[in-house]
Order: sequence, then C-alpha cells, then structure tokens
Amino acid sequence: MPIIQQAPGTEEVHPDIALVNRAREGDVQAFEKLVKQYDRQVFRIAQHITQNREDAEDVVQDAFLKAFEKLDQFQGNSKFYTWLVRIAVNESLMRLRKRRTGRMVSIDEDVETEEGSMPRDLAEWRPNPEALYGQSELAEILRKTIQGLPPGFRVVFVLRDVEGLSTEETAETLGLSVPAVKSRLLRARLQLRERLSRYFRKNEDGTR
Amino acid sequence: MNCSEFLAQLGDFLDNQVPTGLVGELQAHLEGCEHCVITMRTTQKTIQIYRNHEIYELPPALRERLEAAILAKCKKGC
Repeated sequence: MPIIQQAPGTEEVHPDIALVNRAREGDVQAFEKLVKQYDRQVFRIAQHITQNREDAEDVVQDAFLKAFEKLDQFQGNSKFYTWLVRIAVNESLMRLRKRRTGRMVSIDEDVETEEGSMPRDLAEWRPNPEALYGQSELAEILRKTIQGLPPGFRVVFVLRDVEGLSTEETAETLGLSVPAVKSRLLRARLQLRERLSRYFRKNEDGTR
Repeated sequence: MNCSEFLAQLGDFLDNQVPTGLVGELQAHLEGCEHCVITMRTTQKTIQIYRNHEIYELPPALRERLEAAILAKCKKGC
C-alpha cells in the first residue's frame, strides 16, 4: 500500500487550533465558535449511534462540555474535530449501553455477520433515483436503511462516508486498525447498496 | 481477476486508493463484467446519496437551546 508522506515544513496549522488556544485561556467566545461549527455534525453522529433523539441531545451537550474541560489534554497532533468526534462517539456508546441495560454494546458488536459480502441484487438503478421520492419520504428510506446496519458497521460508514473523516482518522477515532475500518466500510457500503436497491432499482418494465 | 477479487478491492477502488499496478486489472475486469459495473456504480451512488441528504437535521430552535446551555455551563467553569 502506498504511504503518503508530507514534505517537511508544509504542514498547515488548522484554524481551529487558534480557537482552541484562546478557549484554553478561558475565552468562551472562541469556544462558542467551535460549538457552532461542529454541533450539527456531533448531533448527527450521536443520533446515528444512539438512534434516540434525547440521547443525541445529551451527547451534544456532554461532548462539548467534556471537550471544554479537557482542552488541556488536546495534543494538537490530530484535528480538533477528530478529537471531538472521538469524545462524542464514546459518549454515544455509553448512552446506548445505558438503554440496553445488561447488554454490552461496543463497536465490535454484531460485526460477524456474513450478510452483504456478495451482492445479490444486480439490477441497474433508475437514473437519479432519489428524485422519485419526496424529501421526507427519501429521508425516511435512508434512515430505515442505515438503522438496519450493525452498530459497528454503521459508525464506520457515518464517520468515513457521511462526515468525511479519512480512513486513518476513523481508525484512530474508533480504536480500530486501518484494515478493520476498510473491511467494515466495504461491507457497510455493500449492505446499504443492497437494501437501497429495493427502492431504486429499475423495474423490468421500466416503471417505478 | 474474478468478481470476488474485484469486490475485495472495491472499497479502495472507490476511494482511489488502489496501488497503481492493480488499477489496470480492475478496469479490465470491469470491461468484461456488467454485474461488477452495476455493483460499483450503485455503491458509488449509495455513498453519494447518504452524503448529500441530511437525515438527522438539528432543528434551529433546539440548536440554539443546546448552544446556550453549553455556553452557560462553560462560563460557570462547567
């Protein structure tokens, strides 16, 4: 596998770092900017993991408060956003465990399924298939579909493909190896594809 | 290259992370396999749809309330 190396001296300082430094010195307005920049993403991630609106709201609050308290521990060798996401993922998993009392929940749960390894639905999709559904109907289809994934696949897909973290960042955030992230991501993508095919495939007579 | 071997590389292929030497082999497989073309295209579309559609939107009123609560606690020193 090719290793991408950055030439020395070309590292750019992310604008968040200046805000973090100000927030560390007690500048709450600087921290407010970070909150406003990332609260929607944190909410989305929390909602994807917990599948519960109230829990997701709590996660947003707790994740930012924990980040604020622990700003001194932020090393600056990862992005602030990635660091924040790691806190949010842990908070979300904790809430999920509380809801499923007595059951251990981790991102390793339910990943040993064989489903989705080989594509079964081999039909072509209609062109621009999402346009055939109303906005809320489509959102419902997408929610229902992704909710069916095992949590360990879902979180990898969300971080990597929805939130745009790199494979390495996703691995670091979840404490997984890069090959484990890649394998889960592929299976998540293939399972989602398979399930969405039901809604998006071309019918044999060419109608919806 | 057969379909299973192609599928094993599909993730990296979609992310443009396949080692250069392997790209030609994957493309050659696609030329002769309609099923893998469909699988690749629809998987790509799956990612694109999830990326482009917000399915868990944070409503503005709730967002304001959460931001106010967070910052109030920060000002108090958490």
